[in-house]
Amino acid sequence: MQPAVKRIIFFAAIIAFWEIGSRLELWMPIILPSPTMVWDALVTGFEDKTLIYDLAASFKRLAIGLGISLVIGMGLGVLLAKSKTADETLGTVILALQSVPSIVWLPLAIMWFGMNEKAVIFVVVLGGAFVMTLNVRVGIKNVSPLYIKAAQTMGARGWDLFARVIFPASIPYMVTGARLAWAFAWRALMAGELLSTGPGLGYTLRYASDFGNMSLVIGVMIIIGVIGSIVDQLIFQRVEKSVLQRWGLES
Amino acid sequence: MFITINQVQKQYSDKNNQPVDILKDINLTVQKGEFVSILGPSGCGKSTLLSIVAGLTKATSGEILVNNIKITKPGKDRGMVFQQAALFPWLNVMENVTFPLKKEMSKKQAEEQAKKHLQMVQLGNYTGHYPHELSGGMQQRVAIARALAMNPDTLLMDEPFGALDEQTRARLHGQLENIWTETKKTILFVTHSISESIKLSDRIVVMGTKPGTIIQDIKVDLPRPREKYKKEMLEIEDHIMGYLKREIDKVVSEELSNAASS
Ligand SMILES: Nc1ncnc2c1ncn2[C@@H]1O[C@H](COP(=O)(O)OP(=O)(O)O)[C@@H](O)[C@H]1O
Ligand SMILES: [Mg+2]
Repeated sequence: MQPAVKRIIFFAAIIAFWEIGSRLELWMPIILPSPTMVWDALVTGFEDKTLIYDLAASFKRLAIGLGISLVIGMGLGVLLAKSKTADETLGTVILALQSVPSIVWLPLAIMWFGMNEKAVIFVVVLGGAFVMTLNVRVGIKNVSPLYIKAAQTMGARGWDLFARVIFPASIPYMVTGARLAWAFAWRALMAGELLSTGPGLGYTLRYASDFGNMSLVIGVMIIIGVIGSIVDQLIFQRVEKSVLQRWGLES
Repeated sequence: MFITINQVQKQYSDKNNQPVDILKDINLTVQKGEFVSILGPSGCGKSTLLSIVAGLTKATSGEILVNNIKITKPGKDRGMVFQQAALFPWLNVMENVTFPLKKEMSKKQAEEQAKKHLQMVQLGNYTGHYPHELSGGMQQRVAIARALAMNPDTLLMDEPFGALDEQTRARLHGQLENIWTETKKTILFVTHSISESIKLSDRIVVMGTKPGTIIQDIKVDLPRPREKYKKEMLEIEDHIMGYLKREIDKVVSEELSNAASS
């Protein structure tokens, strides 16, 4: 059987069990509303455009935050790979920061920027920047010495060598770094929105919870999960796979 | 003399930071257009010597002149082909071969130049392919075209066919011989295969090991192509084998005594 077919049967079974359980009143709707109720909440949300505004707002913050974090990660990664001193000092700090969930910066960010979008974007930036930094650093350090030697015998030196050989050779690591940065940034964004202000998917999630609208809570959770896996599997994993293949790291 | 290697020594530090002689008293001259093989057991310092000529490694002492200029760094006058093709996987065949030409000529000129050399290695129809789509032998031919395209006087080759199967290797020997006849490059060709060196070269420089020194310099005076001279080639092979056997015995007995003392 095709994996896709297996998956469809699996999800259909879960939804069927969930719907039947709800109809037989095995649990209260306020604990777990039925799939049809969740579906209705989603349809209403899209019809009155609130969910569309939420999606747009969340994606705007994500784009800005992730964009900044990739640029910072690229810069810091190159610095750490090229400067031993920077690696031995700043490098250890970044390694430590990487193990801190970026949402813990939110209270500080709110003090610095106020209870607004900037604070959320700040948390998103911190979510993605360090993992990108570490991947770029490893990518540059792992460039095959053979490529560098070959390029040198063809007259490449200095900036030319970096731009035409070292940088492109480390692209597979950068793609992996960007994929992980996206995953961390997406989680940071949802946490940030949940704890601060809207519009945004996370904010609507809390708002719905405050008003006891469990159907919408579950609906938004599903949207968050679906977006997460679509971006990861349909975009990043495909790009990563084709890059690895082209770079001869996987056949 | 076109290439002069003068009293070159190379030391590396071992685990205990003691200097170890890798190359000792290397003196060698090569004429313009000559095809010279450097033959020796693995670990004797062939790659190190070639890398010093390429300017990628610094000699501990001594000097190397190519075309009367002292070698201090790599340069486009010396093209290098490694055992691994070392093509850039993010560039297609055409972009790989034009890599060294970008700075000095227009894109169109560079592509013409590249095309000419790709045709020389019979890969004129593969310009749009990426390295991972090519076989090992094809990749190595692209690497040869890439080195030739920058029009170096000297071609340095470090076991370029060592990773290929027997049939592919034999075919590439023929192609390399043709290219050499056509372009009149000076070639320094490192190998550990006696028959390969006899098949291809005007002269064979035999190296001994620990430390790496030149123990013999043998002229191969057979007309080309050499397929017809099986008997003569075998005689030379026996002759060289005599020298190399002593070297290999030396390595083995040293390893045995190391094993006994440790
Ligand atoms: N960077 C290095 N540092 C220390 N020892 C080295 C280094 N490069 C090569 N060697 C040593 O030098 C010797 C000669 O190596 P090499 O030139 O690669 O030999 P060959 O090409 O003839 O097989 C070997 O014993 C090797 O271990
Ligand atoms: Mg070698």
